[in-house]
Amino acid sequence: MIDMSTEIAGVKFKNPIITASGTFGFGEEFGEYADLSEYGGICVKGLTLKPRAGNRPPRIAETPSGILNSVGLQNPGVEYFAEHDVPKLKKLDTNIIANMSGNTTEEYCRMAEILSDTDISMIEMNISCPNVKCGGMSFGTDAKTVEALTKEVKKYAKKPLIVKLSPNVTSVKEIAAAAESGGADAVSLINTLLGMVIDVDTRKPVLANNTGGLSGPAVRPVAVRMVYEVRNTVKIPIIGMGGIMSGRDAVEFMIAGADITAIGTGMFIKPDLILSVKKEISEYMQKHNIKSCKEIVNTLSLN
Amino acid sequence: MKRSYNCELIYKKEIADGIFDFRINAPDIASSAQCGQFLHIKCGEGTLLRRPVSICDTSDNTVRFIFEVRGKGTGELAAFKEGDFTDVLGPLGHGFTTDNGKYKNPVVIGGGIGVFPLFKLVKSLNDPTVFLGFRNKSRVVMSDEFAEYSKNVTIATDDGSFGYSGFAVELLREHIKTSPADIIYACGPMPMLRAVKAIAEEADILCEISLEQRMGCGIGACLVCSCETNRDGTDRYARVCKNGPVFLSTEVTLND
Repeated sequence: MIDMSTEIAGVKFKNPIITASGTFGFGEEFGEYADLSEYGGICVKGLTLKPRAGNRPPRIAETPSGILNSVGLQNPGVEYFAEHDVPKLKKLDTNIIANMSGNTTEEYCRMAEILSDTDISMIEMNISCPNVKCGGMSFGTDAKTVEALTKEVKKYAKKPLIVKLSPNVTSVKEIAAAAESGGADAVSLINTLLGMVIDVDTRKPVLANNTGGLSGPAVRPVAVRMVYEVRNTVKIPIIGMGGIMSGRDAVEFMIAGADITAIGTGMFIKPDLILSVKKEISEYMQKHNIKSCKEIVNTLSLN
Repeated sequence: MKRSYNCELIYKKEIADGIFDFRINAPDIASSAQCGQFLHIKCGEGTLLRRPVSICDTSDNTVRFIFEVRGKGTGELAAFKEGDFTDVLGPLGHGFTTDNGKYKNPVVIGGGIGVFPLFKLVKSLNDPTVFLGFRNKSRVVMSDEFAEYSKNVTIATDDGSFGYSGFAVELLREHIKTSPADIIYACGPMPMLRAVKAIAEEADILCEISLEQRMGCGIGACLVCSCETNRDGTDRYARVCKNGPVFLSTEVTLND
């Protein structure tokens, strides 16, 4: 009997696959293509204290084995989410993770307070969005800032706090260690890599925002390496993500040290991708005679 | 549950240079498709995202779509052979409002590859007035087929090499001065759509416009295929794939 269940920061997951924030909206659309209760968890679209309209289009460009996006945190605001989306999402038998982005420490704290009063499982703090002018990534690229912010937000967060890390740093290990010493219950990585695509005929960037965040299979080796480095730096659980398109891709992240994995871009191509990834992980476990998916985590054997 | 379909290509023809007419076997999509909806198609291994292509027509078991090779994705799609299978999501999006018989004097205007999503619509309307614009004679496609379903089809070419010499919007502007029109349906390049929007709003005629945008998921979740609306706040940008691709001209700014 295959056991896909796992646990991070005291929260039980029926399987180690969740949606990646920013790619999934609030479940309404993908719910038409798969029973969301079969997911390990749902991490919703990034929330901000005030509603945001997002960036001007075009917001997407395809790149070799990836996509560059600059949505710019279009969302209805954390209060609307708490009132309208949480009640709907709670009808599903899965974990709800709310992702939040702020411009100031005070905004993060206020959002943590609001979200703690809702019936969600965890809060993910996004300190790594490359597509907004204030805050976002600038919070996530300095270790001292990350530690101080995490410590402050922890005072208000009554739910386990995940800190989402940016790959746009010199040392992801330092940032992860700072999040851990600030009191983070888990880290998730990676957010998108800052990139640019230029139309050579017009000599202008394809995205109206000029730059955007790179995701998809193109970033997977970077993400796997970073998960491996962070696993060997911190004790807290890791949510690994970056270009997962199959069960074997998810297993790769788990071997590198991810306790659970998240899928984002892949869902754009296959709206029920999480279910096939789940099936493929269980097939991998059968083939290798693994009883619990926890046995896969952090089993890398270096050359 | 909705799902994707693995569909066989049963007919393929290059109807103009770089423009391909495809028919796929897709009974479920054919039976539910509405005018103006689109398919989201996996083109091949060389591209990651699906590509959105408007539905041109449907019959009992087949769906017809016509596309122009614009880049790598559509290039891969054009290489498909009859008998090959492709993975298709659809029908997607919000299409045209056709309400049988509600509109007594519908006008349809299309430009370039924007004429294809209008074909199923023209078939469903009661003898609409149709203006189709193309760059030149070699780009004129489907004019005979449109003529089968409407007695009032006028073709315009930018260079005058076929039909009326000039833009289709000029024909529209003249038409509504002398003839009744209770709705205008439009699909085509952005300058044409902006002109149609201005003409319709000045004359106070209801107008539906089909837009295109670079898409991600195609089902409304990822928020990348935005178009600017006249609303404020988080409603400022609508999702072309879900709220559209067909919008009322009065809801969108067409600024981008």
